[in-house]
Amino acid sequence: MDFPKIKSEAVADWERFRNNQKTHILVGTATCGRAAGAIDVLDTLMQKIEQRGIDAEIAQVGCMGHCYAEPLVIISKPGSPAIIYGYVTTGMASVLVDNCLLKDDPCLEFALGALEENELIPTIYDMPRFEYENRLILRNCGDIDPQNINHYIVNGGYAALESIFKMTQEDVIDQIKKSGLRGRGGGGFSTGQKWEITKNAGGKSTYVICNADEGDPGAFMDRAVLESDPHSVIEGMIIAAYAVGAAQGYVYVRAEYPLAVETVQHAIDQAKDMGFLGQSIMGSKFNFEIEVFRGSGAFVCGEETALIASIEGKRGMPHNRPPYPATEGLFGMPTVVNNVKTFATVPLIIENGADWFSAIGTESSKGTAVFALAGKVVNTGLVEVPMGTTLRNVINDVGGGVPHHKKFKAVQIGGPSGGCLPESALDLPVDFDSLKEAGAIFGSGGMVVLDEDNCMVEAARYFLDFTQKESCGKCTMCRLGTKHMLDMLQEIVNGNGKMEYLELLTDLAEDIEEGSLCALGKTAPNPVLTTLRYFHDEYEAHIIEKRCPALQCKNLIAYYILPDKCERSCDACVGVCTAEAIFSGKKRIKVVDQDKCVKCDTCVAACPPEYNAIIRMSPASSVPETEKRPEKAKK
Amino acid sequence: MNLEMEEKSIKQQIAPILKKYKRERKNMIPILQDVQDKLQYLPMEAMVEVAGFFDITPSAVYGVVTFYNQFRMIPPGKHPVKVCLGTACHMKSGELISEAWERELGIKVGEVTEDRQFDLERVACVGCCAMAPVAVVDEAVHGQVTPTRIRGIVDAIKREDKHGLSQDKE
Repeated sequence: MDFPKIKSEAVADWERFRNNQKTHILVGTATCGRAAGAIDVLDTLMQKIEQRGIDAEIAQVGCMGHCYAEPLVIISKPGSPAIIYGYVTTGMASVLVDNCLLKDDPCLEFALGALEENELIPTIYDMPRFEYENRLILRNCGDIDPQNINHYIVNGGYAALESIFKMTQEDVIDQIKKSGLRGRGGGGFSTGQKWEITKNAGGKSTYVICNADEGDPGAFMDRAVLESDPHSVIEGMIIAAYAVGAAQGYVYVRAEYPLAVETVQHAIDQAKDMGFLGQSIMGSKFNFEIEVFRGSGAFVCGEETALIASIEGKRGMPHNRPPYPATEGLFGMPTVVNNVKTFATVPLIIENGADWFSAIGTESSKGTAVFALAGKVVNTGLVEVPMGTTLRNVINDVGGGVPHHKKFKAVQIGGPSGGCLPESALDLPVDFDSLKEAGAIFGSGGMVVLDEDNCMVEAARYFLDFTQKESCGKCTMCRLGTKHMLDMLQEIVNGNGKMEYLELLTDLAEDIEEGSLCALGKTAPNPVLTTLRYFHDEYEAHIIEKRCPALQCKNLIAYYILPDKCERSCDACVGVCTAEAIFSGKKRIKVVDQDKCVKCDTCVAACPPEYNAIIRMSPASSVPETEKRPEKAKK
Repeated sequence: MNLEMEEKSIKQQIAPILKKYKRERKNMIPILQDVQDKLQYLPMEAMVEVAGFFDITPSAVYGVVTFYNQFRMIPPGKHPVKVCLGTACHMKSGELISEAWERELGIKVGEVTEDRQFDLERVACVGCCAMAPVAVVDEAVHGQVTPTRIRGIVDAIKREDKHGLSQDKE
């Protein structure tokens, strides 16, 4: 194989794509973009361009991380700076073609910013978030066409792979060990050490598995990487395979991510055609194949031993460790299981050296962390910051803080089995160890922001409900213990809780942690423990006063229309009420029939903000006596 | 179609899928996935057939099928409705949306309407957290759903079915 030749061809392809005298348009069409209508925007752009006879090239790129502003379109015309447009609709797409492409109006009213320095508008890099962001894992996401291997090669791809064939297996492992890379799936085990153990286990055959079973609700970075830059993961896997001497690899992707499955499969085929996969890779004696395995929707399969059982065609139940998969994994053979982000980081370390990587991050946690910001935060999307950045920086500066003038209440980190941290923990520098100390876990990197309208008891109940349903049932404590905890929490949010439950919850939580084999059970009580620790007063309010301070728990609240605020001639709430529970009372003041109300919250949203007459009250018994619906009004 | 014919037709539909795979246990889940893609669900006859292929007991196949959320054993409605109740959707009142769907369709989560037109499922995260709360109807993702929008979505689908009109997406 002639890598320099492949590279020069790739450069030529890239030049055609980027640096010629043609206008080119990039549309972000990862799943998040598609959900916001990116495909319709793409179709409109293509139709319009053809109609108008404009000479322009359109390409689809992956996720740019700015999910809040999807669909995103980048237009770069020769002679003017590349500009990124956000919240694009089909209507705006037509306007962009007519005004920006046909004429020379850059439509700055739609622009988020420019991608390069210019005299017209600020660049997006001037946004506060870019001061903190350091995109390593997401380095190519949104910049390249994930379907085109050349785009990856031009941006430094497969150079690391070429260089490892001059190194021994031990050298590669040493580099990774020295870099201090820790598993990005949440466990935080040293990647180099894992590889070393696997290599020395000396099995008949050895396997490499990429864990992309991203089951955590609220985490979508693995999906984004696979959809936007699949080759970085594949290259990382090949390097790992070389280091441990594996001939077969699997990418275990959730079946719920059809686009990711398709993109990875396409990338594997391309890599094979180019000679990066298959027999005698890049002219060496090394052979390696990768297969895609679609996971079938079991949260516990994110656990490595359960994942392996699943590939073997069994129920995905974890087993006791040791033996770790590194010594006895798939089909009983030594197996490396690493997360998508871990593999995506590997080529960078080989290329830039272990010292370069270990200079980023904190003493014990090197490199960067990717977070999926969601919930009550302005800039939802993907964020990559160096380890050690504080939560406050991530949420307020990168994420833009809590919207609608609401007050920040808590941040839930690490998926459903992570913890809820309060305002006072925001100055915590984020790394594997500091989060653990605060009661949360690094987990998948999901970060959900909660504001004053979220009830923490209900939040704990929700997370436990999830882990309880996903418990595989093998360990008694996890199967039954979580069920009992859930029952107690359910009673508390229903207003039937007792004070002794709080002690019992803590006791059970400790037992479940001790009595469970895998991380699912061990961490399931985290949301309950952290909310008990930081938001004890909310539990007490629910139990003693039957009051939900956040006005969220349905059994403890009631809707009430303030008579002196109701405008009377307005019928907004009557029309939208899904249960026909609101009627016009005396003097046309609207009244809620408490017996009929299903507490769907629709009326609160419908009441015009200038009146704001409908309020939620807790405890439900605090609602003043209202007039009864007159008999004749009934049909 | 009587039961015997149905059984035969299931066998006929599965045979070409089984032919593609080797008799190795690791192919079990891919086979079940393919069968479900074809039949929309996994009827008992299909599980028995797959068990025969691997020469294992049908209960072993049943064990695998019931373990994974992806597999279903009752036929879906014509228009599947999936309400997302991932963390972000839940925090943005996904529960209210799920209840509103239940009221509108007159079924509980996990059920199919009597006319087999709709089924309702709750899923944990479809990966569009930025647009919460989300519901997926057929293949279309509806973001920022409110309880009042649901009747409109359902009516539009019913009208489309009735008149055979292919209505433009917004």
